[in-house]
Amino acid sequence: MAVVKLQRPKLGPGEAIYLTALFKGFFLTMTHAVKSLLGKSMGAKDLASSGLGVTMQYPEQKWDEHLPEYYRGAPALVTDEQGRERCVSCQLCEFICPPKAIKIIPGEIPSDDPWAKVEKRPAAFDIDMIRCIYCGMCEEVCPEQAIFLRKDYVITGLSRKEMVHHKDKLYQIGGVRTGLVNKWNELK
Amino acid sequence: MSDTPSATLEIRQPKDLAAAIGMVNVQINGCWHQFPKGTRMIEACRQVQVAVPHYCYHPKLTPSGNCRMCLVQVGMPPRPAPGQEPQRDTLGYEPITWSPRAVIACANTVSENMGICTTSKLVESCQAGVMEFLLINHPLDCPICDQAGECRLQENSVSHGRGVSRFADMKVKKPKNVAIGPRVRLDDERCILCSRCIRFMDEVAGEPVLGFTQRGTHTTLTVHPGHLLDSNYSLNTVDLCPVGALTANDFRFQMRVWFLKETPTIDVNCGTGSNITVWTRENTIHRITPRRNNDVNSDWMPDSHRLNFHYIDSAARLTEPLAKAGTRHRQATWAEALQIIAPQLKAVAPDQIAVIASARMTNEELHLTRILAQKLGTPHLALVPRYAEPDALLIAADRNPNTSGAKLVLATEDPYAALDGIRNGVRAGSIKALIVLGEDIISDAGFTAADLGRLAFLLHTHLLANPTADAAHLVLPTAAFSEKRGSMVNLSGRLQRLNRATATPGNARDDWEMLRDLIRAITGEDPAIHNLEDIFTQLAATIPAFTGLDLAKITNAGIPLIDTGYKIPLLENERARIAAGVING
Repeated sequence: MAVVKLQRPKLGPGEAIYLTALFKGFFLTMTHAVKSLLGKSMGAKDLASSGLGVTMQYPEQKWDEHLPEYYRGAPALVTDEQGRERCVSCQLCEFICPPKAIKIIPGEIPSDDPWAKVEKRPAAFDIDMIRCIYCGMCEEVCPEQAIFLRKDYVITGLSRKEMVHHKDKLYQIGGVRTGLVNKWNELK
Repeated sequence: MSDTPSATLEIRQPKDLAAAIGMVNVQINGCWHQFPKGTRMIEACRQVQVAVPHYCYHPKLTPSGNCRMCLVQVGMPPRPAPGQEPQRDTLGYEPITWSPRAVIACANTVSENMGICTTSKLVESCQAGVMEFLLINHPLDCPICDQAGECRLQENSVSHGRGVSRFADMKVKKPKNVAIGPRVRLDDERCILCSRCIRFMDEVAGEPVLGFTQRGTHTTLTVHPGHLLDSNYSLNTVDLCPVGALTANDFRFQMRVWFLKETPTIDVNCGTGSNITVWTRENTIHRITPRRNNDVNSDWMPDSHRLNFHYIDSAARLTEPLAKAGTRHRQATWAEALQIIAPQLKAVAPDQIAVIASARMTNEELHLTRILAQKLGTPHLALVPRYAEPDALLIAADRNPNTSGAKLVLATEDPYAALDGIRNGVRAGSIKALIVLGEDIISDAGFTAADLGRLAFLLHTHLLANPTADAAHLVLPTAAFSEKRGSMVNLSGRLQRLNRATATPGNARDDWEMLRDLIRAITGEDPAIHNLEDIFTQLAATIPAFTGLDLAKITNAGIPLIDTGYKIPLLENERARIAAGVING
């Protein structure tokens, strides 16, 4: 094994007392302090900061409009243009979910329902947001384009129970998605 | 000196050696094998672990050859010209000339010097073509289809399909979600017209109510006008259906099959002891299906037995020991409950105590029951008989699953004989304490609440709330058949094993643990039984029929133990059909 011997750099007398470096650092800090007082910090405009420098006043101010298209926030269920629940409770997301956050109880669509042809939809659909790791596998595995990761990331609650998203909450987050593949239409 | 070399060579030909034992030589994918004459090609391939994809073929049904999925390439030796000697290779086989057309493996039988190839280009393109045709009108609604995960069409689509449809026209519309019987739902769009269900109802169940109507792509499976698929064997068609055309109302949309754990065990609804698979997820049973055993139930089971499991999870399930305080029961711990028993039983003379057990108990539990009666010193021990009308297939008249086992373990010809004596004894007041194990004697054994009211002490063990439990001074919760291990002997004398699929709910205990604790509480001494195997070891040491056996040796297929002479009608039918060459079996 080769041994490489490193030589400590020889310091001059100015460097040895550190004063030069100290003043350099002090000067840099003061430059930024003055810039922030004048509202000229780098990126201050993007963050729309209300305070000094680049400090964002969270939660009054949020970063939301800067979230990229592919941001993975809370998973949610969506309805389509015709107001149909897209989920048919095939339970593939429940199967794939790595932290086992999803629990589905399948139910049958009654024969007098306009979408009776689909036969199946979730009677209950719970996602435990304490368990969810926002991996997006549920969205990827879904054969019906029914579950999407939205941009909601502030999931709070005072108890474990409150942290479970039930079906109505999931549809509330998910809303309507248009322009998806529609395979249950009458002629298909 | 008379033996010419050519004569000895003649005799050594493989075809002669095989013919001498009624076999033929067949080359499958390049390897030579011997099969009995009359074996179907698909069955021959299965025997040597060569997979041939198929839908309509089933070994217990006559081949119909209408799915065309099992196409294979065959070859035969060339026919020699008159006077020409056939050529033979060094092993004595004739060269094979391969046919340019594929044939179905299910409806053709093997013959001497035949070659079968399942991997050639021709076969692969045939399979891909058949798959494409089958998928033309298939709705591809796998996300809502109960069969998804155990669907032959899905499996073969992955292994032989092309992945993308070239079909640009409209799919044919057919009836969907049709209730063709009380327990079965039909989706004709998913049907691939294999006719397995039609043949099953005709050949095995003996109620030919299904058939095809219309022609061509409009062919539709339906039930005959004025009839329903209401046979007690109708749910077997759901198991048989290779796709999701027939689904069970009971299991419909309950759970996807890939979540379910399969536990092989046996049915306890009658003396036949059908072999079953219990499908569970997280301690809940979702369905029960028959498991192949050619010495018990073939591939089938009756619907009434198959669906009789919902009571296990019902609200009536007992989960805590209950002790009577005044007119109501109050929850007790096991320790409290067991402490109550001994003083109560010691207050009455041994011959004033009676034990009523159940022929639904396993051999191990019955063995402990016998020990319990011995320790109590009582001569009164009886089981509750349970007889009903048999059918001509699988359901026996004796609805107790372990009558044969009870006869062996209790060493008596009629384990039910003493029941009338006990009932009269209770009425006459000569029996003052009663231990009732796993039987509701008010509903099933002719006792009345007034009879039981006369008793000084009634100990009852059961898994469900029932009238006898109402009258009991102490109720102990026990395990259902899916929650315990043990062995039973069916009516034809076969020793079979129960395996545990789910855990007991709440504080309910396995019966053998409860019986062991009961013996310990009554005698005050430790019976040195730590697990079920210990009981079986004792059983093997005391009962001659069980000598040399243990639970592991029984295996999931069971072993013949005694010959009772009982014949299962369905098996007799099946054996006659195998002997007639109608099916391969």
